[in-house]
Amino acid sequence: MLVLRKDSRRGPTWPDYFADRAGVIQDPLLAGYFAAGCPAPETPIAEVPLVALDIETTGLDPRRAAIVSIGLVPFTLARIRLAERRYWVLKPVRELTEQSVTMHHITHSEVANAPDLAVILPELFEALAGRLAVVHYRHIERPFLDGAIKARLGEGMRFPVIDTMSLEARIHRQSLWARFRRWAGRPPVSIRLHNSRLRYGLPAYQGHHALIDALGTAELLQAQIATRYRPETPVGQLWS
Amino acid sequence: MDVELLEIRQHMGRCPPFDHIADDLLDELAGQVEVAYYKAGSDILVLDQEVHELGYIRSGAVEISRRNGDLYNRLGEGDIFGHFSLLRNRRVRFPAKALEDSLIYFIPNALFQRLCDEDEHFADFVELARPRLESAVAEQKKQNDMMITRVRKLLTRYPVMVEDTASVQEAARQLTDFQASAVLVLGKPGDAPRYTFRDSEERPWQVRGILTDSDFRKRVVAEGLSPDTPVGEVVHDGLIAIQSDESVHEAMLCMLRNNVHHLPVMHRRRPVGIVHLSDIIRYETHSSLYLVNNIFNQSSAHGIARLEPDIRAAFVRMVEDGADSRMIGSALSTIGRSISRRLLELAEEELGPPPVPYCFMAMGSMARNEQSIVTDQDNALVLDDAFDPEQHDAYFLALAKRVSDGLHACGYTYCTGDIMATNPKWRQPLAVWKQYFHDWIDNPTPERLLHSSIFFDLDVVYGENRFVEQLQDLVATEASKNPMFLAAMARNALGRTPPLGFFRTFVMEKDGKHNNTINLKRRGTAPMVDLIRVHALACGSQAQNSFARLDDIDRTQLLATGVSDKLRYALEFLAMARIRHQAIDIAKEQAPDNTIEPENVSDNERHNLKDAFQVLSNAQKFLKYRYPVPVVSKPKPNSPRSR
Repeated sequence: MLVLRKDSRRGPTWPDYFADRAGVIQDPLLAGYFAAGCPAPETPIAEVPLVALDIETTGLDPRRAAIVSIGLVPFTLARIRLAERRYWVLKPVRELTEQSVTMHHITHSEVANAPDLAVILPELFEALAGRLAVVHYRHIERPFLDGAIKARLGEGMRFPVIDTMSLEARIHRQSLWARFRRWAGRPPVSIRLHNSRLRYGLPAYQGHHALIDALGTAELLQAQIATRYRPETPVGQLWS
Repeated sequence: MDVELLEIRQHMGRCPPFDHIADDLLDELAGQVEVAYYKAGSDILVLDQEVHELGYIRSGAVEISRRNGDLYNRLGEGDIFGHFSLLRNRRVRFPAKALEDSLIYFIPNALFQRLCDEDEHFADFVELARPRLESAVAEQKKQNDMMITRVRKLLTRYPVMVEDTASVQEAARQLTDFQASAVLVLGKPGDAPRYTFRDSEERPWQVRGILTDSDFRKRVVAEGLSPDTPVGEVVHDGLIAIQSDESVHEAMLCMLRNNVHHLPVMHRRRPVGIVHLSDIIRYETHSSLYLVNNIFNQSSAHGIARLEPDIRAAFVRMVEDGADSRMIGSALSTIGRSISRRLLELAEEELGPPPVPYCFMAMGSMARNEQSIVTDQDNALVLDDAFDPEQHDAYFLALAKRVSDGLHACGYTYCTGDIMATNPKWRQPLAVWKQYFHDWIDNPTPERLLHSSIFFDLDVVYGENRFVEQLQDLVATEASKNPMFLAAMARNALGRTPPLGFFRTFVMEKDGKHNNTINLKRRGTAPMVDLIRVHALACGSQAQNSFARLDDIDRTQLLATGVSDKLRYALEFLAMARIRHQAIDIAKEQAPDNTIEPENVSDNERHNLKDAFQVLSNAQKFLKYRYPVPVVSKPKPNSPRSR
């Protein structure tokens, strides 16, 4: 397997990885997903088809927690297409805890009739194929999907994401000003979805619903690009 | 409904015109929107670009401009834009730019068209078929018919009720305890299913009849019945009752027809109260008709002044009953005229008969029959040409002073411009008055006319009608012939302009500045009345009322088709908005004024007001163009005045 590098000058890129996987992968669903390809790192962000993705889980550890729901909305910098939204409630392998019930506004009865992830995988891959995923905090969506798919298809998947949280962190955690603030003992600026949105004048949505959070993430990226970047910014500078 | 779309659905469902649309359509709308974020200063719709969507502001603010770059409107959260272009040639006619960082929901054209087709209110709002203002005025009218005061409004409490097996003594005790003057007698359900109902414990009852104070006197005490007699033996079967949604007027007729003083009020089959004749009389005393009658019964100026609270009450009543601005304006003017007349009658009684005939005339809103509750007095005296100042003026000064003081005491404050009969300049014989009008009309300058335009609304209040009629004739025949005069009047009519509209809690001016309040008279009704007056003078109309003047203007080609209707709707809406806010002030026990604060203006009212301001603004532009200052050639020695 190839070793991934963010910088194309130092090694293989996401498009290389996609092309490589499409050739060797066995499962037709996964093969189809990788065959749809991935934009070149120098493509301007304005030209890239995007999909905002949010997963609600029963916990934070992919080895022990399960996926409860998935929401996604296809979009571009110009428009978020709500009519093409998808939302699935899934039957988790492990029982729901009371805490996760209140957290995600999903009840036991909803979950009782829900399908397993395997059933909706074809639709999920169809929605994701050819689109660059946008998430808020990539350490949930990527490992959970990878683990859950590996458990069902025998092979996992890795994919590039634009993480709106790390874009916020670049400004509020890694900048010189942010370091100065920290040195001065000021509390760090919150980079959670809700707080990040408010900084751009975006409305307060009720959080912790996979589809609303996906919509909220899509709006946040539009706001971030409009404020901090340019439509011509190469996608390679944004993804990870 | 997808729970996940509630965020979108709930927001849209609160804002006009989406606040009226059906639930399933709203669901579909929420599921179909496209979303986009715009940084402050970025273009949303560019001039002449093709449009396929209606814009809805979820957060932020958007500025709409005209083709030439002038500010057209400033929109905030919950407002829509782009419908104008969507309904016409699908090219952007009013470019839109983000004023603040904004989140916009876009509604696809196909769905927009469906909303127009399926929802009449939505179609009216986007002015598909008729101007929004016209719909709003029509809607107000429709409500008028429904708002005839229902008899249930007079009820203050539930009726006292007893079983027919109760003794007359027990019933009398109940009446005393509840301080009531009539009791309803209930029995087992029987022959009158119309008055059968179930109580809170589901027991069926029939209302058998009513027993009043006088029934106890006549049927019990006078007959020498024992206190133990059951009320069932005393009550007369055959109930005369009225339904709670009938009008007060109908209740009164019902009492007169049946010669009863108590009338049980039913909601369907259940008794909900009893109205007494005195309730109806108390209600009617607040009517303007009663008030006018009462004015003429007063024997002193002091007595008239005491009626001021009644005038306010009558005003509030008319607003609550849903009267339109013409009805209210005319009723208040009638009250004002009646007070002036009565004051003159009382003054004559005291000062003796006038030495020469005179006519007391009103100017301004009273002459136009458009008086409001907040008004000053504008009046003058036209005297017979036999008037000799040396001999007669003391009498007329005393007369004028009494009326003026009396009016002031009733709340018609002294005129700040001193246009009152107490001013010797405005207490002159007919010949002098004619000369005044000739001067104004033949040698006009905007400056000279600035303070005298009020004299071009004039009407008789009391005395020799023919004096004022001659002046009205003079104005009607001379004014239309003099373009210079019309141009000067038109210029003055443009002195006060409407604002552009509202933005959040501010009044937005045409240059984009914000104000906290707006004087609806100065910025709305007054300039509208001014411009209608100019057109009316140009077409030789004798009418004084603005709506009547518009009727006269309609008989000419002065205005393009449909324009006068727009002016009517705009004037009606502006006048009613002013009246409604004054009624609110009175209800809050504040002094009513002509000012409104944007935060007290409902969403729908703000859209309609903006439309009315727009109509006024366009009409002012036309006025300027229609009555230009004539080009005057240098006066030649022989002709002092050139046409």
